[in-house]
Amino acid sequence: MELLELFLKSIFIENMIFATFLGMCSYLAVSKKVSTAVGLGAAVIFVQVITVPLNYLLDKYLLRPGALTWLGEEYADYDLSFLTFILFIATVATMVQLVEMIVEKFAPALYNSLGIFLPLIAVNCAILGGSLFMQQKDFATITEATVYGLGSGIGWFLAIVAIGAIREKIRYSNVPPAFRGLGMTFILTGLMAIGFMSFGGMLTGGDEPAPKKDVVENVVPSEEISNSLEIIDSAATVNDSLTNNIQE
Amino acid sequence: MANTSEKEPLFSKKNIGLVKDPLTDNNPVTVQVLGICSALAITAELNASVIMALSVIFVLGVGNVVISLMRNVIPSSIRIIAQLVVVAALVIIVDLTLKAYVPDLAKKLSVFVGLIITNCIIMGRFEAFALANTPWKSFLDGVGNATGYGLILVIVGFFRELLGSGKLFGIPVLGDPVEKTGLYAIGYENSGFMLLAPMALITLGLIIGFQRSRNKNLIETN
Repeated sequence: MELLELFLKSIFIENMIFATFLGMCSYLAVSKKVSTAVGLGAAVIFVQVITVPLNYLLDKYLLRPGALTWLGEEYADYDLSFLTFILFIATVATMVQLVEMIVEKFAPALYNSLGIFLPLIAVNCAILGGSLFMQQKDFATITEATVYGLGSGIGWFLAIVAIGAIREKIRYSNVPPAFRGLGMTFILTGLMAIGFMSFGGMLTGGDEPAPKKDVVENVVPSEEISNSLEIIDSAATVNDSLTNNIQE
Repeated sequence: MANTSEKEPLFSKKNIGLVKDPLTDNNPVTVQVLGICSALAITAELNASVIMALSVIFVLGVGNVVISLMRNVIPSSIRIIAQLVVVAALVIIVDLTLKAYVPDLAKKLSVFVGLIITNCIIMGRFEAFALANTPWKSFLDGVGNATGYGLILVIVGFFRELLGSGKLFGIPVLGDPVEKTGLYAIGYENSGFMLLAPMALITLGLIIGFQRSRNKNLIETN
């Protein structure tokens, strides 16, 4: 259930385009037609699902403060988090290259439809942004990270397909000359973003942190209690025997 | 702009054009449509816009020089990765500097400093200019384009902060909304909507429309 919440949230409420403006360059450049928009959107979902979990593993076992503990105790103090950017972008670039080769080899039909867009994705802010947000959100498991990657990819896909369709239609309307093209696209995106803001009420209650159980710390473990009871008992018996001795 | 006349050969007319053009007629944001990715989300405040603009000027100026120096060494098949590594290294410098000197702002900019790496202006200028020109020209081109980008950021940030919270650089300029002084005395209200994401897009759209209505050459035939 939490995964479903995360999934819907990353598609609608924290939509890459409408809430954080990520991937705007390719969003504006490749949205003149629906067919190309679908191609790029699909490529983004694809790469996002691969790179976000991969970067999650990098973050968990290499970059975080203390992440190197699995190598041995002496590495526990290391903090490599300043390498985040360079490692994440290297992962993204190499994964894009790899995915391109694999797709070309095993799915030529998909390659022909995605072909031109795959290399473009290496410098798509949505991909790197997805990984950086993943790091910021501090997910507990790799499943959550994957679901987040999938959701944000789908959100991006929805946005670019929608604006592609609108731009195809708006060619037939009489836009003031100064706003034709880019200006109008921006304003339309703004209006769509206002629409998407209404999804904010869709999931409530997911954001609040679970109530903390801080009572436990102050309670003495039961083992110690029984120990101390024994001590009291023995002290009492000693005391009794002492008083007996005195009385005798 | 650095416009000292005693060093004529360095600042020939063509070189000055390299810096000037991107500010207006060839602005990277409004005309070339580059670098919008990491820009809009941080323009709700003028402070953040200025810091972001300065960071990009640094990264693009220095990055262009580095790429230009290496332009004969980088094999074209791996040039994208080489460029990414150069940008990433520069961005790490910026990120650590920001965290050290302006930690509050650095927190506000969050992932968007990192996203300078994928800012299309930077890759675009590397590809289009630095790989084919000498270091000095590349430096001017980098500074010019980054300043053009920063200019738009500052304009958007100015309007959003002024209309959204009645402040500039965090200092109230329109009076006090609680005490009802200044403009607020005659019933003016802040529009909190200006601080939300959609208004950044719409503001930028209006700026683009304004620029194109001034300069008819830029109008797209659509």
